[in-house]
Amino acid sequence: MSPRPLDYESLNENVKKVAYAVRGELYLRASELQKEGKKIIFTNVGNPHALGQKPLTFPRQVVALCQAPFLLDDPNVGLLFPADAIARAKHYLSMTSGGLGAYSDSRGLPGIRKEVADFIERRDGYPSDPELIFLTDGASKGVMQMLNTIIRNEKDGILVPVPQYPLYSATISLYGGSLVPYYLEEEANWGLDFYNIRQSVAVARSKGITVRAMVIINPGNPTGQCLSEANIRELLKFCFQENLVLLADEVYQQNIYQDERPFISARKILFDMGPPISKEVQLVSFHTVSKGYWGECGQRGGYFEMTNLPPQTVDEIYKVASVSLSPNVPGQIFLGLMVNPPKPGDISHLKFVVESKAVLESLRRRAHIMTDGFNSCRNVVCNFTEGAMYSFPQICLPPKAIEAAKKVGKAPDVFYCLKLLEATGISTVPGSGFGQKEGVFHLRTTILPAEEEMPAIMASFKKFNDEFMEQYEDCRGYSRM
Amino acid sequence: MRRLAMDRAKRLLFGSFLSSSQSSLTPGPASSCFPFSPFSSEAPMSLYKFPPVTVETINPKVKRCEYAVRGEIVSHAQRLQQELQTKPGSHPFDEILYCNIGNPQALGQQPITFFREVLALCDYPALLDRDETHALFSSDAIARAWEILDLIPDRATGAYSHSQGIKGLREAIAVGIAERDGFPANADDIFLTDGASPAVHMMMQLLIRSEKDGILCPIPQYPLYSASIALHGGCLVPYYLDEGKGWGLEIFELKQQLAVARTQSITVRALVVINPGNPTGQVLSEENQKEIVEFCRKEGLVLLADEVYQENIYADNKKFNSFKKISRSMGYGGDDLPLISFQSVSKGYYGECGKRGGYMEVTGLSSDVKEQIYKVASVNLCSNISGQILSSLVMNPPKVGDESYESYMAEKDEILSSLARRAKALEDAFNSLEGVTCNKAEGAMYLFPRLHLPQKAIKAAEAAKTAPDAYYARRLLDATGIVVVPGSGFGQVPGTWHIRSTILPPEDKIPAIISRLKAFHEAFMDEFRDQGVA
Repeated sequence: MSPRPLDYESLNENVKKVAYAVRGELYLRASELQKEGKKIIFTNVGNPHALGQKPLTFPRQVVALCQAPFLLDDPNVGLLFPADAIARAKHYLSMTSGGLGAYSDSRGLPGIRKEVADFIERRDGYPSDPELIFLTDGASKGVMQMLNTIIRNEKDGILVPVPQYPLYSATISLYGGSLVPYYLEEEANWGLDFYNIRQSVAVARSKGITVRAMVIINPGNPTGQCLSEANIRELLKFCFQENLVLLADEVYQQNIYQDERPFISARKILFDMGPPISKEVQLVSFHTVSKGYWGECGQRGGYFEMTNLPPQTVDEIYKVASVSLSPNVPGQIFLGLMVNPPKPGDISHLKFVVESKAVLESLRRRAHIMTDGFNSCRNVVCNFTEGAMYSFPQICLPPKAIEAAKKVGKAPDVFYCLKLLEATGISTVPGSGFGQKEGVFHLRTTILPAEEEMPAIMASFKKFNDEFMEQYEDCRGYSRM
Repeated sequence: MRRLAMDRAKRLLFGSFLSSSQSSLTPGPASSCFPFSPFSSEAPMSLYKFPPVTVETINPKVKRCEYAVRGEIVSHAQRLQQELQTKPGSHPFDEILYCNIGNPQALGQQPITFFREVLALCDYPALLDRDETHALFSSDAIARAWEILDLIPDRATGAYSHSQGIKGLREAIAVGIAERDGFPANADDIFLTDGASPAVHMMMQLLIRSEKDGILCPIPQYPLYSASIALHGGCLVPYYLDEGKGWGLEIFELKQQLAVARTQSITVRALVVINPGNPTGQVLSEENQKEIVEFCRKEGLVLLADEVYQENIYADNKKFNSFKKISRSMGYGGDDLPLISFQSVSKGYYGECGKRGGYMEVTGLSSDVKEQIYKVASVNLCSNISGQILSSLVMNPPKVGDESYESYMAEKDEILSSLARRAKALEDAFNSLEGVTCNKAEGAMYLFPRLHLPQKAIKAAEAAKTAPDAYYARRLLDATGIVVVPGSGFGQVPGTWHIRSTILPPEDKIPAIISRLKAFHEAFMDEFRDQGVA
């Protein structure tokens, strides 16, 4: 009998090529173990609320009121909700035609896009046009939309950092394009090396690849590095010279744990540089409600902003957005609240600030605890998490360990991470899921476990690691501290 | 700075060279004409002078994709709406009535109170710890919120869930499906998505490998299907519904179109059936559904069953039967037929479009294929949690004896009976117009009247370089503020013209709409009526 359409062999090959390790083998194994009753600490995905971070109060109050507008008519509503939450709910409801249950404009509610534009202007000092801001069901959808617009066939290449967040590699596979890697330099704090980037581009071109776009993730995922102003300038110049559209994934812009390199948006630098670059370089910037100190992953709220894209292209992107009708309205409201939070003088302002600061300060402390913890382990070297939510230690696996991995048909870092999981319940993602240099191994974990549990987790890791190294070493290993 | 100026000068020079030749973006002979040293220590000059993202250089599949529901006519309507605000009195109507899109709550339909109570409590669970909450929320909504929150680890509604959706919610939906059909359903077969549309896209992605892969689609169809097939680079294989027979689906037609496609070397992979139909509203008979199931089995096709209007049935003699129920009742088990059923929170009597909630139930696929579906779903992590919760409420609403049951049923019955009344009123109105015939809306939310346009009108449309139905729709909008979608957006038998209107404007506005429609149509016919006709 001939293969049926949805037999495995008759599936779209591009689908089969997709790999997304964040919810891949390790996660599936961890879920199995959890079902068997083992305590698992999920550090595979940047999912703060799943690890005990509480939602901010104000946005939840506002959205609850928007969900149930009959509450606003009740005389007792003031007993349960502060006046500014009530006012804000009315404000957002008035932006809609029919409340949360109606499809909005396919680009998102104009009122919220205006709030986003105002936020961008305050942040960067340059005006932003709401018509060039499209809200999406999470930033990932926006990234997928843009890559689908750019990639025509397998000869279109996208420059992607290695290591990278595998949304990019997965999406490029899905849409049949080519991933052109550029390696971040681990010894230079995951810095950029333009000579190597140019080499990558030249190699790709020699294979007949048209390099169309460059992805930067700032702050980096999984690497956490924060780009300097000079870095971004150089990137923009590079894109100008090489005629690339810059895709700036800036979803971690609120997660900064050092003070030397605060977040500066690519757009701000673009305009600082003046013409011709400011008028020529095409840029798409992405943001979300899932990260920062909000961590509202489950709401699926995000946006992208387009700069220097011709109107016809914007129309085509709008057209495709309209096929999905509209982004979810509650998620849009979360986004509006994120870019337009309570102000000094508002009733909820103090509580909002206290809650936000607590999250950010704790994340900063945890970034240090984790980095230091990894660096105290045998054969483990870890760059500091300057930003974002992850730690990406390098695990120097002894040759015997690599052999043992080969024997069971696993990549060495997968082997290590599976053993780590079985021994400690810590569920990480092997570095191969993000890309790394040949023969160099890492794992990615988040810095999100509760602060009070961190010391125990790091101790548990160290015990496992040092025993593992003991077991597999035949020569002296080293640790940084 | 100097280097930049030089680069720029080079770019300008090269740009003018290239614009005079044909647009080619691949490296080739052009590079040899260019005056720079390939061994320069400067950055190599880009050979590609068009900015990377222009209409010429974007993915051609994006350009081929069309979606008329929010197309040209809607943009025009939005412009008119703005003019009404800035220049009141500038048009012969004082509001735009959007009858182009199935968006009930935008036209005054109220949400189901119980559902919103539960959602609000889940969004702000701190309410559950307050005594005052009992005064504002019904007790069964409070109980249901507790129940749902207990299904979510740490009650964290802000966390990414399992990529198929929260397990406990899928189990509740599976129970709801089983109660509806009388046959069991499995939580592992359910994928919760941000509305039904992303689920449709996922299946098209899986099925379409190249332009030689075809998907059988009804004509007229909801243009998500044509758009999705275009986006994924596949081939739409049309099968025509029979307007003369109440938009009936003839198996003979299916067989014929399948054969034609195969002679063109198209590998037909799936059959899309929309039941109740959109835009056509017909509800399939059991007999018809059985024929369709047999057809798919015989021809080795995946059955894609769009069942989002399952709760919108207005014909007394018709009933919704899911394809799953039909195939199980025929004795076909899970392995005998690949069947994907789509459901949404956007339609029915709940109309929660803006929430983006829905699911697909995937049966008859091997586990390695389901793994692939899971993998693709996982790249987007998960669908929005609020939408997931709502899907579970829709499939598992208040039952007899629950505190909210009576008010819930009252709300539901009012909405559904009002929809039935509006469907009838508008159907009669269209049928009363000269040269217009309109099939009954047995279900869904639309009417799809046929316009038998006079030759003069068709010529006027040609002169205006628009399709006749688009011309009519535009004239209707300009005269009355009523926005409908031209039939060409859905597909129709060539040479026939239709418009799609929703039945959703508020009931108290229907008489005014009907009189404006009639007045417009009479004037239109007066203008274009063929000579010699009384």
